[in-house]
Amino acid sequence: MTKLPPFQHLIDAHGDEVMAVLRGAVGREGAEDCFQETFLAALRAYPRLGDARNLRGWVITIAHRKAIDHHRARGRRPLPIADVAAIAGAEEAGFEQGRDDGLWAAVGALPPKQRAAVTLRYASDLPHAEIAAALGCSPEAARRSLHEGIKRLRKELA
Amino acid sequence: MKASTLERLRESAAAEGLLDVAYTSTDSPFGPLLLAQTKRGLVRVGLPNQDAEELLGDLSARVSPRVLEAPAAFDEARRELDLYFERKLERFRLPLDWRLSDGFQLAVQRRIARIPYGRTRTYTEMARSAGNERAVRAAGTACGRNPLPLVVPCHRVLRVGGGLGGYGGGLEMKRGLLELEGVLAAQSS
Repeated sequence: MTKLPPFQHLIDAHGDEVMAVLRGAVGREGAEDCFQETFLAALRAYPRLGDARNLRGWVITIAHRKAIDHHRARGRRPLPIADVAAIAGAEEAGFEQGRDDGLWAAVGALPPKQRAAVTLRYASDLPHAEIAAALGCSPEAARRSLHEGIKRLRKELA
Repeated sequence: MKASTLERLRESAAAEGLLDVAYTSTDSPFGPLLLAQTKRGLVRVGLPNQDAEELLGDLSARVSPRVLEAPAAFDEARRELDLYFERKLERFRLPLDWRLSDGFQLAVQRRIARIPYGRTRTYTEMARSAGNERAVRAAGTACGRNPLPLVVPCHRVLRVGGGLGGYGGGLEMKRGLLELEGVLAAQSS
């Protein structure tokens, strides 16, 4: 077991990225509240965290759960995503540049699981196992949601 | 991240009882001091020559990993330390959390806390007052492991015959503190 560093280190090392991810996922206005909830939830659970090896993945996963909660609480609406950092990874998916607004509007219109899988994979660069952990499903199911999501986006944006 | 974002997080954490260890850095005539406190009181003082990261790592392991920087929590500690360095305060009134010490070391350190301003004791006297006259070396170790230097004034403990002995912050600082308190004549340099 790796020793847990002081919690402040997590904020210093990953706070900016968490904020960027949240701005991408819920927009600038919701991001501040989600940021608070993310780090409070992390702080609550921190002493019981057995493994200090992937703190970045852990806290970003929490951020995505909070973003999903945020959307659930507000009902399904298109995502106001416009953050450069968050969409940088999207090119990998075969999306063209210069179509970001349309892309994220389309991502926002996906069913919640597919939407979450797509943003976790391409905005936060999380591996399938961690996406599965974030969504509370099996890696297989996470892979399927991601696949379905991308298929649908390709069709929407074609 | 904006300062207000972090301030809000600290406040919520404190309100929910999640701020197990708060810390800050504060200036002193000898260099920056690290101050750490729990809900019970001041738990650790780091001297300028001590590695702050190492101290915080130690607090994370021994007290709680819920360690957050929280400068506003230290207004009173900062005020008392400033007054002390200006020779306007002889006794600290800050609540102390002794959880980092136990046994004979704790007994010695609690007695160090009662040595009056501007006075000194020897390691032998500290060993005796803690109940074991022969444990002079252990008393020296207890001084060296004092988690709350300055506030628990281990700089007032000297060798028999007046030798300075040791100090976690370096002998220059120990001499400086004894000069500040008027125990040693200020050296012209």
